[in-house]
Amino acid sequence: MIRLTIDNIAVTVEEGTTILQAARKIGGKVVPPAMCYYSKLKGSGGKCRTCLVKVVQSSAKDPRPMPKLVASCSTPAQDGMVVQNITSPEVVEARKGIVEFLLLNHPLDCPVCDQAGECDLQDLSYGHGTEITATEEYRREFPVTDIGDLIQLHMNRCILCYRCVYTAEQLTDQRVHGVLYRGDTAEIGTFIAQNIDNDFSGNMIDVCPVGALTDKTFRFKSRVWFLRPMDAYRDCRVCKGKAVIWMAGDEIYRVTARKDRFGEVEDFICNECRFDHKHPEDWVVEGPRSIKRESVISANHYLQKEDPGVIDPIKGTIT
Amino acid sequence: MGRAILLNGIEIPGIRNFTTYRSHGGYSAVEKALREMTPAQVAAEVTRSGLRGRGGAGFPTGLKWSFLDKKSDKPRYLICNADESEPGTFKDRFLMEHLPHRLIEGLIIASYALGVKTCYIYIRGEFKYLVGILEKAIGEAHRYGFVGENIAQTPFSLEIYVHPGAGAYICGEETALLESLEGKRGNPRIKPPFPAFKGLYGCPTVVNNVETIATVGPIITMGGEAYAAIGKGKSTGTKLISACGNIKKPGVYEIELGLPVEEFIFGEEYCGGIAGNKSLKAVIPGGSSVPILPADLILNTASGTPRLMSYESLAEGEFTSGSMLGSGGFIVLNEEACIVRNTWNLTRFYHHESCGQCSPCREGTGWMEKILYRLEHGEGKMSDIDLLERISKNIEGNTICPLGDAAAWPVASAIRHFRDEFEAHVREGKTFHATVGKETTN
Ligand SMILES: Cc1cc2nc3c(=O)[nH]c(=O)nc-3n(C[C@H](O)[C@H](O)[C@H](O)COP(=O)(O)O)c2cc1C
Ligand code: SF4
Ligand code: SF4
Ligand code: FES
Repeated sequence: MIRLTIDNIAVTVEEGTTILQAARKIGGKVVPPAMCYYSKLKGSGGKCRTCLVKVVQSSAKDPRPMPKLVASCSTPAQDGMVVQNITSPEVVEARKGIVEFLLLNHPLDCPVCDQAGECDLQDLSYGHGTEITATEEYRREFPVTDIGDLIQLHMNRCILCYRCVYTAEQLTDQRVHGVLYRGDTAEIGTFIAQNIDNDFSGNMIDVCPVGALTDKTFRFKSRVWFLRPMDAYRDCRVCKGKAVIWMAGDEIYRVTARKDRFGEVEDFICNECRFDHKHPEDWVVEGPRSIKRESVISANHYLQKEDPGVIDPIKGTIT
Repeated sequence: MGRAILLNGIEIPGIRNFTTYRSHGGYSAVEKALREMTPAQVAAEVTRSGLRGRGGAGFPTGLKWSFLDKKSDKPRYLICNADESEPGTFKDRFLMEHLPHRLIEGLIIASYALGVKTCYIYIRGEFKYLVGILEKAIGEAHRYGFVGENIAQTPFSLEIYVHPGAGAYICGEETALLESLEGKRGNPRIKPPFPAFKGLYGCPTVVNNVETIATVGPIITMGGEAYAAIGKGKSTGTKLISACGNIKKPGVYEIELGLPVEEFIFGEEYCGGIAGNKSLKAVIPGGSSVPILPADLILNTASGTPRLMSYESLAEGEFTSGSMLGSGGFIVLNEEACIVRNTWNLTRFYHHESCGQCSPCREGTGWMEKILYRLEHGEGKMSDIDLLERISKNIEGNTICPLGDAAAWPVASAIRHFRDEFEAHVREGKTFHATVGKETTN
């Protein structure tokens, strides 16, 4: 076991743990935002740079600071390491810059984007960005493309986190190029399209942090914050059948996987559960899904007095 | 005085052919290393020589070799980085074109020292004409028993393959190179793990520049100590400099490190002074990525001592008043050169070559290019100059690979040393030549 401190809070973790995972063990505000890293996707991380932190002491053996900010998602923690996240003005400043870069070519079409309300980029810019934009240049544009009849790709919104690429890579051993071209003309390519046949392809919608990959069966049906997310399960031959059904009245508007408090899918669900079972009688409802207090999905529902952490969107009670 | 170590024999007709090269002492370094020395002794000579990587970073070669994972039972690889795509740098292609056997000799000796049995030359896609030259040379070396089984009648065996890239600058970054060599998209890898532990196909790998490897033969011939006696301080030996821009004699020169910059620019033996008898305005001394320096700071350091062509001297003053030796691409600009236009042009290159993997470089390079385009075309604002500085600062140090830094430094240094010229562009509102004050037609 190794011991390190992040923003002056000590934590003990196993060797090989990354700084980000150590911070997640502490929880709360010391957890750096992660737009590309996904613990369930091998090879992910290192790309978006939102998780940059400052290492003021490399380890007990080597007390020197690291010369540059490092990506906490892909830097292993060391015994005696001293890390600064929100206590470092340099990190806060750099992160503002990263948010600015991520938004630079983003169309900001939240008013017509299905992801609005559950978008990591919205949360990121709200929590870590600046209020104004300094750019006045043209934004790059791509046509909207269908990836099969169930998923739509809005490449304009993509932040090239590669999560969908790694998801597709895990679903098949056939290597086809996931990203075409390079620089700011890079786009999600054929790889994904060829994976539409796969039983689990729909998970690319859930891993996508923005509205680049969306569920065509849910397109423009409702704002997510008007829906009631309920934990539900069904007897499924393909996956564990544990999902969230998003309801309005007695109708199921969409089905998604369950996400943990870091926004990661708990268990990938199959396309049958996701797309083919939209009748309430298909599902056994466990109860309301817990939603983070900060989320707009919890808006208009009752709020707690003191820091409630997570609230039940229906009853307004702490879970 | 110029000193020919790497380019020794280049004037000999037919030196590109094995027999001519051999009859002028070629491959005797291989014989010496393989027959008279242990691999450890060869590596120790290279360490003693003080040789530093010629690909840009200047990392001590002996030290890099010592990092190779010795515990692993996987095969080891040596990769020769011949992707040379940095604007202003054209030394490796010159060496490979004229003295391909010097590179092959170095590859054999380095492979012997590292315990490598398979070696790849990853060559820039545009260097198609060199692929034939190298493959012919490797074929000759095969025929004469210097590549293949039992080299020079010793138990050592080695195969060398030439692998052309598809013309991406980023594939010169060592981990992007490895990805590309494995047949994947040329995205730089997240480090750690470093190639010394997990390189090509997850095996221990050393990546070295063409010039670095080509220097190994001469080091074995003359001995590490004798090599270290050449040059100045920690900048030992000789270095190829590709000089271009507004000089009388552009070309590739081999210099002893420590040569005064002034002598290099104005000496008859080297660049021969500024073309058209104009005056010197600025120099980008180490390939397009390194900071630009105005005439006074390239000739003398901020403390007033003459600037030398060495790793240390060019870096003196760090980024406030210094630059870097880099890969040795020496770009000279005269009084008529437009710094804004030049910076825009370089930024265009980095924007085009960014792999797009990480957000600061993917987005920042394009943003800077658009702003510089506006400035150069008379549509800039004063606030753009500060904005450019801020963008470059947000990219620098925050990216996966050094291409981000390489894109940020030229912009930051151009503004640092030539802010007045940027301001003049905004004020004049037209494409403007700072010194001559006339409009350009382009
Ligand atoms: C964007 C980028 C491009 C590079 N291109 C080259 C190149 O064309 N040739 C080269 O030798 N090194 C290049 N490098 C440096 C290599 O990553 C690596 O440091 C070098 O090949 C190591 O060899 P050396 O130690 O012999 O210098 C590049 C680095 C970056 C970041
Ligand atoms: S489509 Fe979504 S998941 Fe895929 S790279 Fe873009 S932002 Fe990431
Ligand atoms: S710095 Fe640029 S070239 Fe390097 S990995 Fe990031 S996007 Fe790719
Ligand atoms: S989460 Fe670490 S770089 Fe994206």
